Amino acid sequence: MTDTTQAVRQAAGTRTIRMEVARYRPGQDAEPVFQGYDVPLMSDWAVLDGLNHIKDQLDGSLSYRWSCRMGVCGSCGMTVNGEARLTCGTFLSEYGDGPVRVEPLKGFPIIRDLVVDIDGFLAKLSSVRPWLIREGEDLPLTAEYAQTPEQLEAYKQYSMCINCLLCYSACPVYVLDPDFLGPAAIALAQRYNLDSRDMGDRFDVLNQEDAVWGCTFVGECTKVCPKHVDPAEAIQRYKLTAALRSVLPWSRR
Amino acid sequence: MIDVLIVGGGGAGLRAAVAVAETDPALKVAVVSKVYPMRSHTVSAEGGAAGVIAPGDTLDEHCYDTISGGDWLCDQDAVEAFVAEAPKELIQLEHWGCPWSRESDGRVAVRPFGGMKKMRTWYAADKTGFHLLHTLFQTTLKYQDIIRYDEWYVTKLLVDDGRVHGVVATEIRTGRIETIPARTVILATGGCGRVFPFTTNAAVKTGDGMALAYREGAPLKDMEFVQYHPTGLPFTGILITEAARAEGGWLINKDGYRYLQDYDLGKPTPTPRLRSMELGPRDRLSQAFVHEQRQGRTVDTPYGPVVYLDLRHLGEAKIDARIPFVRELCRSYQNLDPATDLIPVRPVVHYMMGGVHTDLHGATPIAGLYAAGETACVSINGANRLGSNSLPEILVFGRRAGIAAAAFAKEHREAEPPAVRSQGEDERRRLERAREGGRPRNGRGERIADLRERMQHTLEGAAGIYRTGDVLAKAVDTLAELRERAEEARMEDSSTAFNTELINLLELRSMLEIAQTIAACALNREESRGAHQRTDFSARDDAAFLAHSLVHRAPDGTPSVGLLPVTITRWPPGERVYGRD
Ligand SMILES: Cc1cc2nc3c(=O)[nH]c(=O)nc-3n(C[C@H](O)[C@H](O)[C@H](O)COP(=O)(O)OP(=O)(O)OC[C@H]3O[C@@H](n4cnc5c(N)ncnc54)[C@H](O)[C@@H]3O)c2cc1C
Ligand code: SF4
Ligand code: FES
Repeated sequence: MTDTTQAVRQAAGTRTIRMEVARYRPGQDAEPVFQGYDVPLMSDWAVLDGLNHIKDQLDGSLSYRWSCRMGVCGSCGMTVNGEARLTCGTFLSEYGDGPVRVEPLKGFPIIRDLVVDIDGFLAKLSSVRPWLIREGEDLPLTAEYAQTPEQLEAYKQYSMCINCLLCYSACPVYVLDPDFLGPAAIALAQRYNLDSRDMGDRFDVLNQEDAVWGCTFVGECTKVCPKHVDPAEAIQRYKLTAALRSVLPWSRR
Repeated sequence: MIDVLIVGGGGAGLRAAVAVAETDPALKVAVVSKVYPMRSHTVSAEGGAAGVIAPGDTLDEHCYDTISGGDWLCDQDAVEAFVAEAPKELIQLEHWGCPWSRESDGRVAVRPFGGMKKMRTWYAADKTGFHLLHTLFQTTLKYQDIIRYDEWYVTKLLVDDGRVHGVVATEIRTGRIETIPARTVILATGGCGRVFPFTTNAAVKTGDGMALAYREGAPLKDMEFVQYHPTGLPFTGILITEAARAEGGWLINKDGYRYLQDYDLGKPTPTPRLRSMELGPRDRLSQAFVHEQRQGRTVDTPYGPVVYLDLRHLGEAKIDARIPFVRELCRSYQNLDPATDLIPVRPVVHYMMGGVHTDLHGATPIAGLYAAGETACVSINGANRLGSNSLPEILVFGRRAGIAAAAFAKEHREAEPPAVRSQGEDERRRLERAREGGRPRNGRGERIADLRERMQHTLEGAAGIYRTGDVLAKAVDTLAELRERAEEARMEDSSTAFNTELINLLELRSMLEIAQTIAACALNREESRGAHQRTDFSARDDAAFLAHSLVHRAPDGTPSVGLLPVTITRWPPGERVYGRD
């Protein structure tokens, strides 16, 4: 989106900031190593703009994911100075004189440089049946299912997840147990569970040691979430639902 | 062999996939996407999706707004089909769970939008595209037989004797190169805003699908029609949705004056009036900006001249309820709060009206090859798209292309011809060579980013909001030269694992093809219409140019432009009137 080179030119002679970027090339590096680059410290640059400057002008071999540059596609999550962050939404100037350390998201296998393997997450997403489940006849395509603003509000927050995976990276349970269903997938299950139009049941997937019961309520997921989804709350609420269900088996949600 | 192979996992591609799966579950359908589907650019759409549902609105009125908005360059049969099917598609999305914003009685709510005479834009707050794409993606997960090639990049269409037989694609993660045979291919690769330096478009919008089709002989249509959106944030190009103006926002110049009243767009009223002032069409608003700038009434910033979008009078509560994402974007990316501060904005490249030439079913002139979404040109957008028409467009025509491709695949069961294998092998060698750094040049060659920048500035200089013939003619030549230089671009990464530099190079080559067609079509159209404004031909010329541009690639790679008549059904060409009734 940005015309970075022109901006850099205009600011020629400005200060620079040191970026230390984790590099890992399979078959070439035994383990990740840091490589340092000096990039212009522009007041409106995000960490991602710094990476783009490196890629475009200093070292074309650096690999990372990004796309929208507006905090909505969920591609650009990385570890910045130890914290899980969206790099398009994190200003470089936040790190003062630097250096800024950029590493891949923790807890995921590294494919290359800053790129991690998220296929495990996609499988978890499918497993919670994240679609509207109806029973009986569908309405014809001339009428919508009614839903009041209050009913919408009941699940809205859980529908805001951009699948950036910062919450997994920050979750101490997930980092130790990659099979843990994890914050975003559980929040998504709740997004459908709490939707007044949904008639499905996701008890079988959620009521598991590796699912809601794996959570030790550290709450880091909610702290790092850039979209205020509050996955920790989603998990706690379902624990309650599940507990109730074991005493009152006919209650659904 | 795959029956229907869809290139693109955005709204158009996923809608097509579901349509195929629902038509006949026995058909093998695959979605190839260079990013995970939910990262596709559809996710960024903010304002909403148009569909007639409110009492008092009619299909004819939606048709008329679209056709006059498009300065009579839309094919009216396509518009009629689109307008009739849009509400069903939006309801279908609702049945799949899309969290549309609601009225208090539980019905879907609609909001006003630029160039629309009635309230008919459905919205999910101001994250409509995000909710639409996630709903669609999650719904496709229900169809477990849909094969996904996530993070695979399609480099070539296999075409023999006027018929498509599949694609060559590379798996970005491993660098593996494969020929994927298929009976039909649907291109749903989105737009090409990245050919310009300043755009709202995500990094993935590089016009690949248009280039893939064009290289194999399919014509592109109306490529000179590039939409500038009047309100982008100056540095990042982040879009401030039209919904901000629909909710009552004002555009003011450096004197605090609502300057649109000077441009035949109506008189200012305290609350928004449909098809008037800030709710005029995007082409006219972006043009007004240029005139303000020439008269010294814009404000200079390090990132160029700006005017202001004023939302302060809406108050915090309304902003938070209706356009919360606008506030979030301004705070996190521009460090200001629209509840108390003015938002600096300037026109920004936003949408490509042109694309791969198709009929009403998404079919291109190459048998078995279809296109839908922003990459296609049916055309319902004509010379200027109306905001909130493209989300329904990707649904309506994604579905239509899916159904048409499914039918074609069922009828054509023959095996692929041998020529296709050898094409695949040639393509593999070409890609491997590119990855190895091409011909040995001792680390010389120009940087991909530098070539890209040259292309972007050449195009902006020639094919921006206002254009002239001699500058366009020069640009066509410069772009041809850049295309050659891109063959020799410098590569610093020859590894197979997640080699994004190789992808960037291939994308650059796609963009250069497209940039050339934009300049060539703009040069050929010696009139002004909608988003195409020529200072040397400032009037609309229906006698000569009430016609689509159709551009083919000549064997030497130069674009050759012809014309194709527009389909008029019920709305003869008239004057575009805004704010005057
Ligand atoms: C910021 C913004 C806001 C917008 N707001 C609105 C709005 O409010 N209302 C409205 O109606 N419209 C809006 N639009 C326009 C609308 O969002 C787009 O026109 C529409 O989403 C395009 O959808 P698509 O499915 O055609 O393409 P995309 O969603 O762009 O998907 C393209 C797909 O193709 C894949 N692809 C591309 N090339 C290749 C390749 N070589 N190999 C493999 N895969 C490939 C990509 O991975 C991606 O999956 C907006 C646009 C922008 C930029
Ligand atoms: S819950 Fe929040 S942190 Fe986790 S993936 Fe979704 S948006 Fe990202
Ligand atoms: S680039 Fe899309 S979220 Fe950061």
